[in-house]
Amino acid sequence: MSEPNQLPKGWEMVIGLEVHAELSTATKMFSPARNEFGGEPNTNVHPVCLGLPGTLPVVNEQAVALSIRIGLALNCTVQRCVFARKNYFYPDMPKDYQISQYDQPLNADGYLDLASGARIGIERAHMEEDTGKSTHIGASGRIHDAGYSLVDYNRAGVPLIEIVSRPDIRGPEQAKEYVEELRSILVAIGASDGKMEEGSLRVDANVSVRPVGADELRTRCEIKNVNSLRSVGRAIVYEARRHVDLYDAGDAPRQETRHWDEEGGRTRAGRSKEEAEDYRYFADPDLVPIDPSPEWIDEIRRALPALPKERRESLQAVGAEPQMAALAVTRDLDGLALATIEAGADCSRVMTHVANNLAVEGAERLEPVRLAELVTMETGGALTATQAKQVLAEMVDTGRSAADVAEARGFEAMDTDELESLLDGIIAQHAEQWGRFTDGDDKERKKMQGFFTGQVMKATQGQADGKVVNRLLSLKAEI
Amino acid sequence: MAKVAQLAMLELSDEELDRFTGQLDAVLDLGGRLDAFDVADVPPTAHPYGLTNVFRADTVENDDDVRAEALAAGPEIEDGRFKVPPALGEAL
Amino acid sequence: MSAESGHVVADGQATDVSVADVASAVRNGDRSASSIVEDHLSRIGELDDEIHAFTTVVADRAREAATVIDQKIESGEDPGPLAGVPVALKDNMCTRGVTTTCSSKMLEQWIPPYDATVVERLSAAGAIVVGKTNLDEFAMGSSTENSAFGPTRNPHDTDRVPGGSSGGSAAAVAAGFAPLSFGSDTGGSIRQPASLCGVVGMKPTYGRVSRYGLVAFASSLDQIGPFTRSVADAALAFDVIAGHDPRDATSIATAYEPVGPHLTDGVEGLRVGVISELCRQDLEGFEPAVVERTSRAAEALADAGAKVDEVSIPSVIAGLSAYYMIAPAEASSNLARYDGVRYGLRQPGQNTASMMAASRTAGFGDEVKRRIMLGTYALSAGYYDAFYGKAQRVRTIMIQEFEQVYQRFDVLLTPTSPCEAFRFGAKADPLTMYYNDVCTIPSNLTGQPAISVPYGTGAEGLPVGVQVLAPMLGESDLFRAAAVLERSLEGSVS
Repeated sequence: MSEPNQLPKGWEMVIGLEVHAELSTATKMFSPARNEFGGEPNTNVHPVCLGLPGTLPVVNEQAVALSIRIGLALNCTVQRCVFARKNYFYPDMPKDYQISQYDQPLNADGYLDLASGARIGIERAHMEEDTGKSTHIGASGRIHDAGYSLVDYNRAGVPLIEIVSRPDIRGPEQAKEYVEELRSILVAIGASDGKMEEGSLRVDANVSVRPVGADELRTRCEIKNVNSLRSVGRAIVYEARRHVDLYDAGDAPRQETRHWDEEGGRTRAGRSKEEAEDYRYFADPDLVPIDPSPEWIDEIRRALPALPKERRESLQAVGAEPQMAALAVTRDLDGLALATIEAGADCSRVMTHVANNLAVEGAERLEPVRLAELVTMETGGALTATQAKQVLAEMVDTGRSAADVAEARGFEAMDTDELESLLDGIIAQHAEQWGRFTDGDDKERKKMQGFFTGQVMKATQGQADGKVVNRLLSLKAEI
Repeated sequence: MAKVAQLAMLELSDEELDRFTGQLDAVLDLGGRLDAFDVADVPPTAHPYGLTNVFRADTVENDDDVRAEALAAGPEIEDGRFKVPPALGEAL
Repeated sequence: MSAESGHVVADGQATDVSVADVASAVRNGDRSASSIVEDHLSRIGELDDEIHAFTTVVADRAREAATVIDQKIESGEDPGPLAGVPVALKDNMCTRGVTTTCSSKMLEQWIPPYDATVVERLSAAGAIVVGKTNLDEFAMGSSTENSAFGPTRNPHDTDRVPGGSSGGSAAAVAAGFAPLSFGSDTGGSIRQPASLCGVVGMKPTYGRVSRYGLVAFASSLDQIGPFTRSVADAALAFDVIAGHDPRDATSIATAYEPVGPHLTDGVEGLRVGVISELCRQDLEGFEPAVVERTSRAAEALADAGAKVDEVSIPSVIAGLSAYYMIAPAEASSNLARYDGVRYGLRQPGQNTASMMAASRTAGFGDEVKRRIMLGTYALSAGYYDAFYGKAQRVRTIMIQEFEQVYQRFDVLLTPTSPCEAFRFGAKADPLTMYYNDVCTIPSNLTGQPAISVPYGTGAEGLPVGVQVLAPMLGESDLFRAAAVLERSLEGSVS
């Protein structure tokens, strides 16, 4: 995918992303303390996640199950894995080592297909524990008072999955698309809430550049502290340009960790990086290997819900535009849209409602038959677009049917006898369509049902009760 | 050795560094005896007993007393949090 | 038995009682738990200034606990199999509300908010904790000289060490401060002091006893086990603390079968191998009289009907080299958490890192620093494969060799310690001290159970133990052989 105007001619970006996502478990990775965002400081803690002397970690089975789910959704090989200790001193980390996975991760060698067509390789997706949080309290203003930090361990030990992509991403837009797609998968399979603003999804970007067409991987820098989708793109562009500038000046970037400064719109070198870290990884002797059985993996695979890609494709198959389909999936309204369309409602009207009128609380509770009824009234001319929007809003709020709402708003339904004679006239005028209704397959029948309902609505200016019309149509077809 | 002390977060005097270096060399010589073994095809043992798949249920255990006692053990507490000097760099 | 003679072992005093006798006397109502506890507290009060077995004595808590047991007896409730038994715990086992210091300045003031699983099981069984015992700081040492609070003295000769690292627990039982104590064994830290103090000391199969609440030294090697004055008492205590614990992921879930019923099985037909590499008189630091005691033990087992033979396990000496890579490596990581932030000693610093470094430097003694340095080095980039990685592979070789040997033998026999109790300062060079562990280390690397049984005295008239080893989960054979050794000694040896 080429993205114009990002780098001087002749250069391309080589980007790999490391996405950390907090898993939606009730308790922490190795401790029975509650896994919950926010809360009073140090309330979601237990001797184990405070790293008290003598305490031991025990693996949360649900965290493993969710991690396997993620691995399968990302087409990874799920394999025997080992927890390792990553040793470094850090006040936010109660044991001064982080339990992670090193040379034997749970999930390896997968990929993620983007809607735009690119396939991004997934190197690994491994389990680890989160750190606590320090808050810096500023100096009082006295020269020698440098302030201090306060540490809260509520987040310490929360289960994380770290998803490491291969350096297959070629630009900021693709990077954002990757993160969004990944986020929607994590949410769709119930593995994470994916909230970047609460820090439950965090992105580090490995950025390098190279001449277009080259195969080489040049020195990369890891950009941390990228806390929003927008900053992902900005940080990548800034960093890639910095690399090009260095190369153009006959210099070269150093491999290092850099921090994204959102306000300054730039990356800064991490402090005290003169010496390379030495994490002294070794297998954690307090924990034993996880060797998921094929049966367990299969069970998780079978329970895996449809993934966003599949859901988009289902909607496209019934006629939705790709972008509208993507939007519906993002809003988790694709199930409603699909069922409504399958109930005979006009696809583009349904998708328009999903795009414009249903980004509201409670929309997911709307029943497809009711939305179909509304759309049919609308396509039949019984309601104008504006009226339909008002009726829809009230349907979502009250759970009432389109006909009820329309009636309450002054659209009197005609009585059945009147309606029947009107319908007879319409059938007589549209013999060909009537034949398709009586003799067609289910799909055809639904389409024609919509047609006749629409004709009735048009003739009655939306005063007819769609349900009654449908009943009459069915009765007449059986005669 | 100074690098190792830094990784281990210990401040050792020159005298201690000298003394430890000699003693550690002797132990590392002892470790060197392992070279007599051909381990090319031998897997490492991290555990003497070959357990796998040991899990706990995802069930919350919450004990306010335990938590209060754990916090009470903190060397310096402010607003329910553990107080520490600024990280390097934040001081400036 | 007086401080002047430097000899304060249990010798017919009110406190010279077995675990089994105390428990049955209390359960039958013949003795009150309170009177038993008072006897022991007064002996501690009288003699522990000399021995320094304890870092903390919890007299009031012990009295309260005894009252509870006595009330249970009165109301007809079952007070448990260890009812009223005074017990001393190595001060690296967490006790809620009571300091758990690891004999380190680092944790001098630390009060855990929870009990170790072993402590919970002992309390549930009716045992009464009388105090926490002294150890080499963070269990690193073989003499208790590395305690930040001063060494423990050997009750058999107060000019000598009790061994270590569980020296306080061994001395407490030897001196009659408690009929039962517990230690932790990472490379021999139960068995070696048991040998030097003339008591029974047992290290269970790795994973048999929960490590939850045991302050970690080397997680893949540590096990908790009992000290007692008899093999039967050790079996009784082991049966109480053994069994699966869901809070320790390395705990074995296989159903636990008590060893008590096997104590009287005898050794008829039992195949006993004497490990030739550890019974040579020409090994560095091995005292001939000690090796001689092992030969006598082998003869005694043969006399009782066992089939005894010599067996070679070539990798066994290399255990020392592997151990001194693996244990310090794990320790360097396990002890990282002592950083002055959440608990323990805190020293001021300009920034977080300098505060941490100052706290650690002030809180840890020399031996702990030395091992942290060694372990950090063994794990560091560029050295991992040559040291830690290699040691883990040699560990595999050793396990394989032992497994092969156990196809031909049921139990193995060696000395426990190469020497009798030595004088304070005699092994000031760390390496000389490390060599002391050569007989005990293999069981920790393989995870197999082992027991040290007192077997007479050495050239200087001080206690000598012999060690019985068994395959994984082979505790019943271990106790069978130990019980026969104990009986063989009655009347035949001073």
